[in-house]
Amino acid sequence: MTETFRDARAPIDALRKRGRNLTESFFLSLIRLLGSVGALILFAILFFVAYNGIHILSWEFITQPPLDAMTKGGIFPVIVGTVLLTMLCMIVVMPIGVTTAIFLSEYAKPGLLLKIVMMSIYTLAGVPSVVFGLFGLAVFVVTLNFGMSLLAGSLTLAIMVLPYIISTSEEALKAVPYSFKEASLACGATKWQTIRKVILPTALPGILTGAILGTAKVSGETAPIMFTAAAFFTTGLPRSVFEPVMALPYHIYVLATAGTHIEETRPIQYGTALTLIVLVLGMNLLGIILRSRQRKKRAW
Amino acid sequence: MVAGKNIFELKDFSFYYGDFLAVKSVNLGIEARKITAIIGPSGCGKSTLLRSLNRMNDLILTSRVEGEVLFHGVDIYRKDTDVIELRKRVGMVFQKPNPFPSSVYENVCYGPRIRGIKKKSQLDEIVENALVRADLWKEVKDKLHESGMSLSGGQMQRLCIARSLAQEPEVLLFDEPTSALDPISTANIENLLQELRKTITIVIVTHNMQQAARISDYTAFMYLGELIEFGETDTIFVNPYNKLTEEYITGRFG
Ligand SMILES: Nc1ncnc2c1ncn2[C@@H]1O[C@H](COP(=O)(O)OP(=O)(O)O)[C@@H](O)[C@H]1O
Ligand SMILES: [Mg+2]
Repeated sequence: MTETFRDARAPIDALRKRGRNLTESFFLSLIRLLGSVGALILFAILFFVAYNGIHILSWEFITQPPLDAMTKGGIFPVIVGTVLLTMLCMIVVMPIGVTTAIFLSEYAKPGLLLKIVMMSIYTLAGVPSVVFGLFGLAVFVVTLNFGMSLLAGSLTLAIMVLPYIISTSEEALKAVPYSFKEASLACGATKWQTIRKVILPTALPGILTGAILGTAKVSGETAPIMFTAAAFFTTGLPRSVFEPVMALPYHIYVLATAGTHIEETRPIQYGTALTLIVLVLGMNLLGIILRSRQRKKRAW
Repeated sequence: MVAGKNIFELKDFSFYYGDFLAVKSVNLGIEARKITAIIGPSGCGKSTLLRSLNRMNDLILTSRVEGEVLFHGVDIYRKDTDVIELRKRVGMVFQKPNPFPSSVYENVCYGPRIRGIKKKSQLDEIVENALVRADLWKEVKDKLHESGMSLSGGQMQRLCIARSLAQEPEVLLFDEPTSALDPISTANIENLLQELRKTITIVIVTHNMQQAARISDYTAFMYLGELIEFGETDTIFVNPYNKLTEEYITGRFG
């Protein structure tokens, strides 16, 4: 009896399965196609910039200041400016971001307040970067009177990247197995000892990966530094955090849109763009490699 | 049983998860330097009861207790209890071996270190002692600085036992410590428990009735949050007083 029943159903099952396979393979092909388009665009941009910029890249280009109204020379202060902006930004944002993440994942009690805080963070992450630029202008440059400066720019970038650092750190902290926490507490550790000795060290690789990807994000931003830190041209390197700096993304913007030498400086524009892309992609790559290595290495 | 010999004494102890009553008014004494086994079908409140003894249930925000758990005659649920000190004296080993992702050495000296012991020679001694007592020293003495997670399952569990022993606890609580292990590793741990009993009070939750019969001095049988029967293991397994107990140990349900 049961056997006949099963036999009768078999062809229907087979049919249904084939239908499912068809839709599945259709969507798989679609995803593959769209994925390849994305990769293709990336390679096209890379190729375009590299093709136009590679011949100007040289040791002199990255170690010398711009000369002759920026039509000649290199981009040394521009690179230094971006590195300083990024570093100062990360120095400010990491302690705040990680502390907030610890609070959110370990201390905050679930409830309305936590929901509102999380919503704010997610919303903040979606705000266009030019809005952060205006905010930085109003708060750091004008109200706090830092002027157009390295400090004002770094703080603005820090605020912009803060939600990203909080959420990547929180994710890393949440990925620490509950059993580690239990083991630590059962050994008579306090909550803070558990966080410091077990949870943070275990989450550290994930937090650092977030920091590297955040650095890559920050170093390529133009809008937040446009009104707060970036100088058209400086004669040398900044001597204090209250001085404006040149920066890679802004330098490209300036050379390509302002002044009387737009055509003459094309090679420098492409060279600067290439430098920036290499920097950002390099950091992204490092972050992605680190992340995949952690995932593989993770023994729990 | 003489009350004075009991290191733990539960008095009308109840435990709630929110509104759900998981342990119902349990009265139970746990004798020092003996092995007490807690058995019963899954979900009957064994782990909850065990974790109430070192207040690991404090982690659950909605939980609530009634009654008393006396440790050396003092209620550990009093407001002024030093939970940190309690957990040092009442250690715990979990179902799934959970060494930290650090070296064997660092795993064992985790407790002593957070108590401020820094001297290398002293830590070395603590680590060796604990590993010897956990019957693991011979196997790991040449790889003290390798990851604790690179050990086999049974070795990891003994490492977790060593980590607890490094605190010189008076009581060790075991929550199904062998349920994730193979028979040989299980036998090793059972032998180890027999050895530890000479110096330490042991409470073990087990799913495995043969294990309870093999290693314990006293057995508590729980069902739906209630303590149905408690007594010497030989009596419980040979001549249970309660019909439910008899049905459970003869395998008619569970
Ligand atoms: N954190 C929790 N929140 C709510 N209910 C829980 C929680 N932990 C366990 N319980 C419930 O309490 C009862 C007893 O659980 P437990 O003590 O883990 O049983 P056992 O160890 O005997 O299998 C079960 O019904 C379980 O669903
Ligand atoms: Mg359990």
